This record gives sequence, C-alpha cells and structure tokens, in this order.
Amino acid sequence: MNSDRIIALLKKEFLLEFRQKTSLASILLYVLSTVFIFFLSFKSNIKPDAWGILLWIVLFFAAINAASKSFFTEGKARSLYNYTLYHPTEFVISKILYNILLLALVALCSVLCFAWLVSYPVQNSLLFFITIITGIIALASSLTLMSCIASKTGNNYSIMSLLSMPVCIPVLLLCLRLTRNAIDGLDWSVSYKYITGLCLIDVLIIGLSLFLFKYLWRE
Amino acid sequence: MKHFWWKLISVILILGSIIMGFLGEVPRLNILNETIRNLYFHVPLWFAMLVQMGVSCFFSLKYLSSYKLKNDLTASCAAYVGGMFALPGLITGSIWATYTWGKPWVADDPKMQGVMAAMIVYMVYYLLRALIPDMQTKARISAVYNIFAFCMTFVFIMIYPRLAPSSLHPGNGGNPAFGKYDMDNSMRAVFYPACVGWILMSFWLLNILNRYKKLQYKLEHHENLE
Repeated sequence: MNSDRIIALLKKEFLLEFRQKTSLASILLYVLSTVFIFFLSFKSNIKPDAWGILLWIVLFFAAINAASKSFFTEGKARSLYNYTLYHPTEFVISKILYNILLLALVALCSVLCFAWLVSYPVQNSLLFFITIITGIIALASSLTLMSCIASKTGNNYSIMSLLSMPVCIPVLLLCLRLTRNAIDGLDWSVSYKYITGLCLIDVLIIGLSLFLFKYLWRE
Repeated sequence: MKHFWWKLISVILILGSIIMGFLGEVPRLNILNETIRNLYFHVPLWFAMLVQMGVSCFFSLKYLSSYKLKNDLTASCAAYVGGMFALPGLITGSIWATYTWGKPWVADDPKMQGVMAAMIVYMVYYLLRALIPDMQTKARISAVYNIFAFCMTFVFIMIYPRLAPSSLHPGNGGNPAFGKYDMDNSMRAVFYPACVGWILMSFWLLNILNRYKKLQYKLEHHENLE
C-alpha cells in the first residue's frame, strides 16, 4: 500500500470527471430539478420534519447516481491494466475517497438549493454538518462496494439502487433522526449516542469494504 | 439412529412446545392476556432465522477463503431456509399484533423495520444470484454481498433498536413483557426447548435442501460438486 499511488488514482478520477463534465452536471441538475419540484409542491411552507426527510431522499438518490459511475466506466481491459498496477486496497481507498468528495459536493449543492428555493430551518448547524459528513462517509463507502457488485452483474442502474437500498436503511434512519435533532435545536446530550452509532457504522462499513473488495476485484 | 437422533429430538421438542404452549399455565398480564402464548412460536422462529442467516454468512466467508462451490451452495441454501422461517415469524407476529396493538403492521417499531429490511436484503440476494449466469462469478459476488448485508442487518436488528427511543415490542419501554421479569419458570420450561427444537428443525431443512441441490447439480453436470 502506497499513499502516492492512492493520490495518483484520485488525480486520475478527478481528471476524468472534469474532462467529461456531463456526469457531474447531470447529478447537480437532478438535485436542482428535484428541489424545484419540492418548491412547486410545498410552496416554501414545508414542515421541518419533512424538510429533513426530503433532503436525505434527494441526497440518497443523487449519491446512487454519482457512485454508480465509479465502476461502470471501467472496461474489462482497463480493469486488467489496473490489476497489474495497483493493490486492491489502494484502489478501493481511492474510489471511496473520491466518492466521499463527490458526495460532499452534491450534499453542499442540495443544501444550498434547499436553502435557496425552499427554506433552511436548521437551528443547530454544527450538528447538521457533522451528520451530513458522517452520513456521507457511510453512504460513499457502501455505495462504492455496491457499484462494484452491480458492475459485475453486467446489469444496469436499477440493480445498483436495489442492492444499496436495504443496506443503507440503518444509515439513513440514524441520519434522519440526527437531522431532526439538528432542526429542532435539541441539546447535544440527546444526539451523542446517535453520533457514536453512526461513527461506528462508518468504521464497520469502511472495514468491510477494504476486506471484501479484494474478492470482488479478482477475476 | 446415528444420523437422525437430533431430528427426532427436534420433532419431540417442537411437538411438546406446541402441546404445552396451548395447554400450559401462563401468567395473567395486562393487555397480553392469553396472547403471551405467541412467545412459544414467534420468538423461536426468529431465532431460527437469525441462526440460519449466520450460517449463510459463515459459509460465504468459507467460500471466499477456499473457492469451493459446495460452500456457496450451502450459503445460498441457508439463506433460503432463513427466508422460509422469516415468513411464519412475520405471520405469527402480525396475528399477535392484530390483537394487542390493534393492527397487523405498526410502522414505528425499530424491530419491525429491521426485519423488513432484512427480508428485502435476502430477496435482493436471490435476485443477484439469478442475474449472474457464471457459477464461480455468481458465488463470489453473492458471497461478498451476503457478508456485507449480514453485517448491516445485524447492525439494524441488534444495535439500532437499542439506540432508537422506544420499541412497541414487549419488554421495551415499560411495556408488559415476556422479558426477564415476567416470564416465570413454567414458561421458560416451554420456551427454551422450543427455541432448540426450531433451530434443530432449521438445520434439518438446510440438510435436505443442500442434498437436493447437490443431486440437482450432479444431474445437470454429470459430476460431483466440489
């Protein structure tokens, strides 16, 4: 394992992303249009509870959209080439890091869109920020593994969302509860156990991804 | 006798638990009343399902370390058997809930949410297996998904309900319970044998399904499964 190689891989991912800007643009456009639909249907008098739920639904599907690309773009030949160059752990770490950064961007955009078009009812912004970050780490790492599995089936986008939906439910539920606490501005002591739970899930998912990826990678 | 003594024990224990479950003495508890007898059927079925899910995960791990197809076959059979036990577990739970909570499905209970998610996970697992034609690839990919999904389900069923504020299930949040305080010794004498009986029964089913699938493989490929 070598950090230089991880950085090189990360650089390659970003280069590819910015060369063909359509994929990133399509995700951001998806976020914008969904939030616009929410605005049209709720007319900005949205309940705080519903705000959190809608935000996470938008985020979750945008995340699936974004992460599903991480292995579909790799052809068989290129995977073989990567196989000769890199260790699987390096490869999966770079993918996870890239997805975390990508999802952070998507999350930022969706929160901005919500704040701009709908409303921003959050009272405890720091807790909200921590929730988004920990939630995104869990989503990104589990979706990376799922997208690798989905790409192996040679199938399409639908299997990707099917695979990731049930495994992401605990993460989403914890995030929803924390977001509600942040919106209501509850005391920190209420939220500590959920934050710890979410961090533990993060560690578990990343550990599992690192452990399991080498079996997926091998043909 | 050497090979079927545990099957016999399983049948005796389950029969005993059914008979004693309907005829035995139970404590009179508020709201629960006679429905407490559901403990003898509902909970052991879930235990058997959890055990089979664990067995499935174990054989998936074993497959990944050895790449022997027979391990993958056992893993998939165990997942099937787990699903087989989830269905009656769900039905007995729903019947019970109709009489104590007033409706068959209550949305606000972490245990029920967890079980629903677990069932979806295993349905997706079967779907994934059906989608990949090549045997070795299918075994490898589905083993990875199985291990990942088992860990997440475990988090959901075991850890999330402890974080969530309250569950409607007996024994949580001051509800009348078949928990440690309300279950008296006469109930324990039926409950624990029932658990053992159903778990043994699940292994019996796994055994039969596994042998059937192996024979099917032999018929199709004209060789024994390695």
